[in-house]
Amino acid sequence: MVTMSQSEINVAPSQLGEVRIHVLDVHKYYDLGETRVHALRGITMDIASGEFVAIMGASGSGKSTFMNILGCLDKPSSGRYFLDGIDVSGLSKDELAAIRNRRIGFVFQGFNLLSRTTALENVELPTLYAQVSKAEGEKRAREALDLVGLGSRSTHFPSQLSGGQQQRVAIARALVNKPSILLADEPTGNLDSRTSVEIMEILERLNDRGLTVVLVTHEHDISQFARRTIQFRDGKVRRDELVMNRETASQVLKDLPAEEDQ
Amino acid sequence: MDLVTVARIAVRALARNKMRSALTMLGIIIGVGAVIAMVGVGQGAQQQVQQQIAAMGSNILFVGSGTVTRGGTHMGSGATKTLVYADMLAILRECPTVKDAAPGGNTSTQVVFGNDNWATRINGTEPQYFEIRNWPFQEGTVFTPEDVEMAENVAVIGETVRKNLFGATDPLGQTIRIKSLPFRVVGVLAPKGTSAAMGDDQDDVVLVPITTLQKKITGQDWLRWIMVSATSREASYAAQEQITSLLRDRHRIRPEQDDDFMVRNLADMADLADQAGSIMTMLLASIASVSLIVGGIGIMNIMLVSVTERTREIGIRMAIGATEGNVQSQFLTEAVVLSLIGGSIGIIFGMGASYFITQTLGWVVLISPLAIVTAVVFSMAVGIFFGFYPARKAARMDPIEALRYE
Repeated sequence: MVTMSQSEINVAPSQLGEVRIHVLDVHKYYDLGETRVHALRGITMDIASGEFVAIMGASGSGKSTFMNILGCLDKPSSGRYFLDGIDVSGLSKDELAAIRNRRIGFVFQGFNLLSRTTALENVELPTLYAQVSKAEGEKRAREALDLVGLGSRSTHFPSQLSGGQQQRVAIARALVNKPSILLADEPTGNLDSRTSVEIMEILERLNDRGLTVVLVTHEHDISQFARRTIQFRDGKVRRDELVMNRETASQVLKDLPAEEDQ
Repeated sequence: MDLVTVARIAVRALARNKMRSALTMLGIIIGVGAVIAMVGVGQGAQQQVQQQIAAMGSNILFVGSGTVTRGGTHMGSGATKTLVYADMLAILRECPTVKDAAPGGNTSTQVVFGNDNWATRINGTEPQYFEIRNWPFQEGTVFTPEDVEMAENVAVIGETVRKNLFGATDPLGQTIRIKSLPFRVVGVLAPKGTSAAMGDDQDDVVLVPITTLQKKITGQDWLRWIMVSATSREASYAAQEQITSLLRDRHRIRPEQDDDFMVRNLADMADLADQAGSIMTMLLASIASVSLIVGGIGIMNIMLVSVTERTREIGIRMAIGATEGNVQSQFLTEAVVLSLIGGSIGIIFGMGASYFITQTLGWVVLISPLAIVTAVVFSMAVGIFFGFYPARKAARMDPIEALRYE
């Protein structure tokens, strides 16, 4: 069972309703020699502060491309993207790096922790690029680790941690600079079903505390833990709907047969 | 990010792959070590030559009777009979930069003591010769001005002659025979060793009064050489000019004619030896530098491998907010840290090698602070130069591609 510490919440305070993400007619295409591959064909959407959105779609639907644009790793070919009211589509590479560092928290399918680097050092990593003092960075990293219930594993290396624990370290790393949105790209893709629910429970709790969470998944079960699902197909939004009869991950976890915790 | 943080990240990254880092450093260690040791050997040799020349007296000028060409026949050095005792007196009288002068003549012959004999050089001179050359005695003393005036049969012998003729016997007061004339040994010179400038054994000599040599041994009344000391090393250049013009005047040499004598300046020779030494040091250093460059290429090689291998890490760092500059400085710092640590160990290694050379080969090795500073700066430059391309390659990566890299 994952425990949440009662210490300071490492989440930027926000009010529900304020628009975090405003995407306006975004296109993305790649020129491969003669042919032009259209990955996104005019996406328009708003995501408000405090939302929990699951983006779904088959491979090739453009959801990963969209995620990269949301994460400021890529720029739209046309259209505009506003994050917290900032027109991100016009920023330089260094400015985008600063946005990624301070306003976005990434969680990946493959955890993407640095090997031979302790959990604490992994979590500290974003603070190194954020003009935060070493002491402050370490304090924040410890808080973030406590928040995901891994305070006691701070000196462990990724190779000494289970997949679920590694993903929790990755979540702590995503939180350490107090971002306005958390982007999770198939965060449960490499995990068994119980651990998946555990990870979703953490995201759920963070969302309950006001953090905006955008999740990419192709698993229907996982998407049902979100409050809103957006279906992608052929580079377009196919369906955008609220989740009815939403199950909470914490409830599902309680109903699962007891199992030894890693 | 401040420099300390950057350096800390770099050291941590290097520590993750200790064996590889150590091997990469080895190239720089050997390179810097070789440069330090080789420059040390070169400068040591240079210093030794300089000391030998200084011991000989860097303010010394050597005036020799010169070459002459008669009817197309080149007579060779010392063939002229124009250099005479009066020239020496004139030099002492008329050249203000000259402190002292001693005349000299020489011949080579057999010297006999008891049943032993030894072929050596017989030099005739006056007592001040030993002062000019700053040549102390290990035993006895110099012959006197009276001995010179009276053309007495007295001799001062060098260490090599003493060893070969007398062995364990005390030579003082013994009689040796030169061209069947008996000579009393009055002094034994302290060993001076092989001359750095000429390469001959300076101790293989017998010195007698110039008058004795001229009247009793060679029968020649001209001089082969005059040994002159200038008032200082700097003055020796002026002395050289003064002596040249004085002798040309005295020997009535017309402007278009060549000198019938030559004036050699030991300061000149010291400069020459210095130049030769510098060239040797440069040569050794440049050979050693090749290994430093090879070491640098090793760094570049490993950094390129490292960048490729850590593509995913670069992607992660970029995703969480590292700028291109951050990534570039990280890898550049790694290369510089590698080469700096390697350079520092290389200095110790080079000093160790120098000590080893001194101990086993007996060479003088001189390690100057300048060489050490140069080595540090140079190894840092190697790190920056050879680390730049890999670091740039890392910084130019596309974060999405890098994150997908398996």
